[in-house]
Amino acid sequence: MKTFMLSLFMMCTMSLYSAEGLKVGDNAIDFSLKNIDGSMISLSDYAKDNGVVVIFTCNHCPFSIAYEDRIINLHNAFASKGYPVLAINPNDPVTVPEDSFEKMIERSKEKNFPFNYVIDETQSIAKQYGATRTPHVFLLKKQSNNTFTVAYIGAIDDNHSDVSSVKQTYLSNAIDALIAQKNPAPESTKAIGCSIKWKK
Amino acid sequence: MNLLCALLFGIFVLGTAQAQVEIVTLARLEKVMSSSKDTVYVINFWATWCKPCIEELPYFEEAHTFYATSNVRILLVSLDMPSELERTLVPFIEKKKLQSEIVLLNEPDPNIWIDKIEPTWTGSLPATLIFNGSSKKRMFFEKQISKEELFSTIQQMKE
Repeated sequence: MKTFMLSLFMMCTMSLYSAEGLKVGDNAIDFSLKNIDGSMISLSDYAKDNGVVVIFTCNHCPFSIAYEDRIINLHNAFASKGYPVLAINPNDPVTVPEDSFEKMIERSKEKNFPFNYVIDETQSIAKQYGATRTPHVFLLKKQSNNTFTVAYIGAIDDNHSDVSSVKQTYLSNAIDALIAQKNPAPESTKAIGCSIKWKK
Repeated sequence: MNLLCALLFGIFVLGTAQAQVEIVTLARLEKVMSSSKDTVYVINFWATWCKPCIEELPYFEEAHTFYATSNVRILLVSLDMPSELERTLVPFIEKKKLQSEIVLLNEPDPNIWIDKIEPTWTGSLPATLIFNGSSKKRMFFEKQISKEELFSTIQQMKE
């Protein structure tokens, strides 16, 4: 009985957990996070853009690394069209030293990241957005009042291991849909990724 | 003779490697998931690069040994890249002396197959599905599982 109650409790907390976070159509929560150049970045800094491609990602995760070049290409393709990438590292550097702020600066220099790469030190933004893995995309669309809403959540494409085998470019399709003033379809997708390393 | 030895040795090495880890598609997992046997199936999704996965692996190994004579089947599904099979996965299994059944899932577009495993799974690793084929009781953990959670869930599914 005790184990059953414990399991029931676990199932309840798990379903509560999965219900957390933003859904497509929700207002995007603004934040102020430290960028690799030392400046603080908020969504309001993107008021001149049409949207923001928020990607929770990090240094150490092989899936994030596999997507680094594709994220750079996405930024280069879409920033000029008003959809720049904003990369957010949500991982606890105590658990993963490779994801420290200093290592973020190093990595961005090595790869010459053309986009902002900020740290979610308290992990509250990842939690509020409902990010669970890296990489995890939240494509934001600007509204007439200069706030942002969530237009697409999920994967970058359908094949992390082999760029040449990609058939569905989910994220760039979603951005193209916004540019064409349509709703992305699908509006959400799933992908395998590294779990976000929460503080213990 | 040297060539023959080299060939034989090569076949031996390849043979053991192949015997340890089979590359499978979703169909294999769906077959396991559709079992109607009174067996508790534990399907753990992991990868060699996933730190929390490595930390919980010993619990699955313990369960594999502990329930060796009961109707409990442990299946470790690696999501390492297929190109890493010989270079990373097989050496890792040998180093850790893993005894549980291990397959490597080679299936494109997780957006399609993740929901077929478990609709609530967002895709992060590790993840573990535990179910009983005949009672259809099932539980899914999208997190690092504790030893107590693993054993108590298996026990609960056996009853």
